Amino acid sequence: MRDVAVIGIGCTTFGEKWESSFGDLFVEAGSLALQDAELSGEQIDAMYVGNMSAGRFIEQEHIGALIADYAGLSTRHIPSTRVEAACASGGLAFRQAVIAVASGMEDIVVAAGVEKMTDVGTGASVDTLAGAADREWEGFMGATFPGLYAMIATDYMHRYPLTREQLGMVAVKNHRNGAKNPIAQFRQEISLETVVSSSLVADPLRLFDCSPITDGAAAVILAPLERARGFTDTPVKVLATAQASDTIALHDRRDISCLDATVVAGERAFAMAGLPREKIDFLEVHDCFTIAEICAIEDLGFCRKGEAGRLTEEGVTALQGDLPVNTSGGLKACGHPVGATGIKQVCEIVQQLRGEAGARQVDGEIGLTHNVGGTGATVVVHILGVT
Amino acid sequence: MVGIITYGVYIPRFRIRVDEIARVWGANSDEITGGLGVFEKSVPDLDEDSATIAVEAARSALARRPVDPEDIGAVYVGSESHPYAVKPTACTVGEAIRATPNMTAADYEFACKAGTAGLQTCMGLVKSGMIRYGMAIGSDVAQGAPGDALEYTAAAGGAAFLVGNDEPIAEIHHTCSFTTDTPDFWRREGQNYPRHGGRFTGDPGYFRHVQSAARMLLGKMGTSASDYDYAIFHQPNAKFPKRVAQVLGFSAEQVRPGLVVQRLGNTYSGSSLIGLAATLDQASPGDRIFVTSFGSGAGSDAFDIEVTGAIRDPAIFDRGQAPTVEALLRDPIYLDYAQYARHKGKIVMQQ
Amino acid sequence: MSVARFWRKIPQRYNLVGTRCESCGRHYFPPRSFCPDCRRGGKIVEYRFPGTGKVVTYTVIRSASEQFENTTPYVLAIIQLDEGPRLTSQVVARPGDVTVGTRVHSVFRRIMADGESGVIHYGTKFVPVKSGK
Repeated sequence: MRDVAVIGIGCTTFGEKWESSFGDLFVEAGSLALQDAELSGEQIDAMYVGNMSAGRFIEQEHIGALIADYAGLSTRHIPSTRVEAACASGGLAFRQAVIAVASGMEDIVVAAGVEKMTDVGTGASVDTLAGAADREWEGFMGATFPGLYAMIATDYMHRYPLTREQLGMVAVKNHRNGAKNPIAQFRQEISLETVVSSSLVADPLRLFDCSPITDGAAAVILAPLERARGFTDTPVKVLATAQASDTIALHDRRDISCLDATVVAGERAFAMAGLPREKIDFLEVHDCFTIAEICAIEDLGFCRKGEAGRLTEEGVTALQGDLPVNTSGGLKACGHPVGATGIKQVCEIVQQLRGEAGARQVDGEIGLTHNVGGTGATVVVHILGVT
Repeated sequence: MVGIITYGVYIPRFRIRVDEIARVWGANSDEITGGLGVFEKSVPDLDEDSATIAVEAARSALARRPVDPEDIGAVYVGSESHPYAVKPTACTVGEAIRATPNMTAADYEFACKAGTAGLQTCMGLVKSGMIRYGMAIGSDVAQGAPGDALEYTAAAGGAAFLVGNDEPIAEIHHTCSFTTDTPDFWRREGQNYPRHGGRFTGDPGYFRHVQSAARMLLGKMGTSASDYDYAIFHQPNAKFPKRVAQVLGFSAEQVRPGLVVQRLGNTYSGSSLIGLAATLDQASPGDRIFVTSFGSGAGSDAFDIEVTGAIRDPAIFDRGQAPTVEALLRDPIYLDYAQYARHKGKIVMQQ
Repeated sequence: MSVARFWRKIPQRYNLVGTRCESCGRHYFPPRSFCPDCRRGGKIVEYRFPGTGKVVTYTVIRSASEQFENTTPYVLAIIQLDEGPRLTSQVVARPGDVTVGTRVHSVFRRIMADGESGVIHYGTKFVPVKSGK
C-alpha cells in the first residue's frame, strides 16, 4: 500500500445555479482542479464521481461515463466510476480514489462530486432526498429527511442538556465562517434570533437548522505521495481513510442520538493514522442539520455525549477556538449539493493545510473530514496532514 | 336461529356545528336546527374514508367476541362514498380483518340502506348454511353540496355487524323489504354531490317506504309497536324518525336510545346500523327491537330482533373491548367551516 | 409506489404481521425469515403485532414531500411496540398531545393516494391511548 497525496483541488460556487447544467458544474470543478495541479487531462488515469441521484434530479444515469465524456476524455477510455452513498457519495468517491492509488492500481486519479438539484421542483427534491432513508418503512409513512433528523433532535434533547439556543449557535457559527468563503451559497452572517424564530420545518428543527437545496461540484486530484512533489509544492497527505455502515432506518439503530457508524469510522481512521484525537487541529463534519454537527463532534470522540452544545456556546468550535469545526461554513452555509459535499470538505481541509484559506485561515497540520449518508447508515472519515 | 354475533361502530372525532355552516351561507341557524333537530355532525379526518371507517368498525366488532376471522365467509360493505367506483371496499376490509382469501365479497350501494341490504344478504348465506359468519357493514363519509340543505346533516361514520348462527347476542326473527323505483335523491356517476327532489323526499320517499316495510313486518310477525322495547328508524334528521315512529304507534321512549342524529348527523349507510348499535349498547336479554332502514331510490328493510342472554355473558361477548356509540360521541374536536372544507375535500387543489 | 410494491407488503401495512423466533423469543418487524441471533438454531413463526406500544421519539412534519403535502402538519414518530421492534409511523393527534413515552395503539388509516386516479394506499398509524378507554 502506497501513501497517497492530494495534488490539486477545485470547487464551483455553490447555490441555485440556473445557468449551469450538471455537465457544466462538473467541467468547471474539474478544470479548476487540473489548473491547480498544473495537470492536463491526458495525465488522468481514472475518475471517481460521487453523485446521489442524477437519475431523479436530471433523469440521467451512467454518470461515470458521462463525466469522462464531458471531461473530454472519452477518447482516452479511462475507467470512470460513479459512487453513491446518499449524502456521503462525495466522501466515498474520495475513499475509492484513495484506495485505487494506494493499491497501486492507478496513479493520477480524480475524485469528484456533483449534484444538480434545482432542475426539479422543491417537492420532487425533498422526495428524492428521502431516498437516503428507508423508502419502504420510513418514507412511505410520511418521513422526510428533516423529519428524521428532527426525531434525533427530540430524542437528544430529551436525554441530554442541549438548549434550543445552543443548537442555533451551530448555524450562527457556520454562517459566520461561510461569510468568509467565496464558494458558499450563503455569504451573510445571521443572528441567533433569526435562527430560533425561523419557521418550523419539523419540530424542533427550523428553517435555519437545515442545510438548503444546492447545485455545485468539487474535484480533487490524487497521486502517489512519492510522485506528488512533481506536481505541486504543497501536497497534502492522506493519513487515513475509513468507512462504516449501519441500519438504514433510524428506528433500527442501537441509539437514536448516537451515529454508531461515525463512532466506528472515526476509530478506524484514528487507528489507521496512528494518531490520538488531540492531534486533530480542525474538522469538517456533516452538518446537514445543526443537530448533526452536535452529534458528529461527540460521536467522533472529541467530547462526551451531551457536551457539544456547551462546546459550541463556549466558542471552542469557532474559527478562533481550540477545535474549529466547519471552517468552510459547513453544509449549512455553503449549501449541500449532495454528491459534492464530501469532496468540498476535502478541498477545505487541503486549503487550510496549505495556508490558502484566506479570511478563514486557522493554524494546524492535521485535519479531518466526516461525511454521512442518510441518517447515519454510511459514514466516511478521512484524516489529512501536511507532508 | 340466525342473528347478530357481534357488532362494532366507528365515528370520527371531528365535528362541525350546524350554526357554523349556517354562518357561512348566511342562513338562520335556529330555523335549521329547529327544522332538522340536528345540532352538529361528524367529519372525517384527512386520512379517513369509508374504507378506514369500515375497517375500524369491523375490528371493533371482532374485538368484542372471539371469532376466528378465517370463519368469516362473506364481507359486504354498503356505502355511497366508496373510495373507488371500481375496486371493492369489501376486499380491503376483508384483508384488514384477515378474513381473506376464503370468502365472498362485494360492495353495495343503495343510498342509506346499503348496510342493511348487506345484513339481509349475510342472513341468507348463513341461514342456507353456505357460510358460518358474514360481516355486513354500512359506512359513509357522506357529501352534501355546499350551501344545500343536505350539507347540514351529511356526516361520517359506520357500523359493522357479524351475522351467524352460533349463540347470537340478538336473534333476527325476520326481515322484509319494500322497494320501488322512486327518484327522491340520487347522484349521477362522476358527480361530486347528490341531488334531491326537495319535499318529494318526504312522503313519496322516506315515509311511504318506511311505513310500508314496517307494516309488512308487523303484519308478518303479528305484532304491534307496543310489543317492542326499542325502535330504530333511518335518521336523516331528528324529525322524520320521530314522526314515522308516532305514525306507527311507537313512543318517544322506544325511539330515544337509537336516535343519535342530533349529535352525529346522517351517516347515510351507517345511519340505521349505528342507531341499532346504540340501542344494543344498552339493551337487556329479552328486549325486542324493531328496525326499519331507508335508502333513497328507494327502499326500506325492516327487522324484528330479540336480544339473547349471550349479550350479558362475558365468556361470549365483551362490549367493553371496543367503544360504545356514546363513547364515540363524547369529546369531539370542533372544526370551523374552512377546516371542515379541507377535511371533506371541498377545496379545489392543484392537480 | 407501484401497485405491486405496495401490494407485496399489505400484511405488514394493514396488520403489522411480523415474525417471532420461538427459540429465543425475539420478535421481528418487518418479518425476518431468519433469526440473526439464533441463526440455524432459530425457529421462525408468523406473529401479528396487536399494535400497542409507546412513542420513543417524534417530530411534527410541517413541510412534506409531494404525496403528503396536503396533510401537514402531522406527527411522525418512532414507536416501540410492546414486544420490542421499533417502527416509524404517524401518530394521529394534535402536536401537543404527543411526547416521548406516550402510549399508543394502532389504527387503520389512508397513508397516501397516487393522485386522483391512482391506487389508494392504506396502512397503520397510531393514536395516543385515551386514559380510561
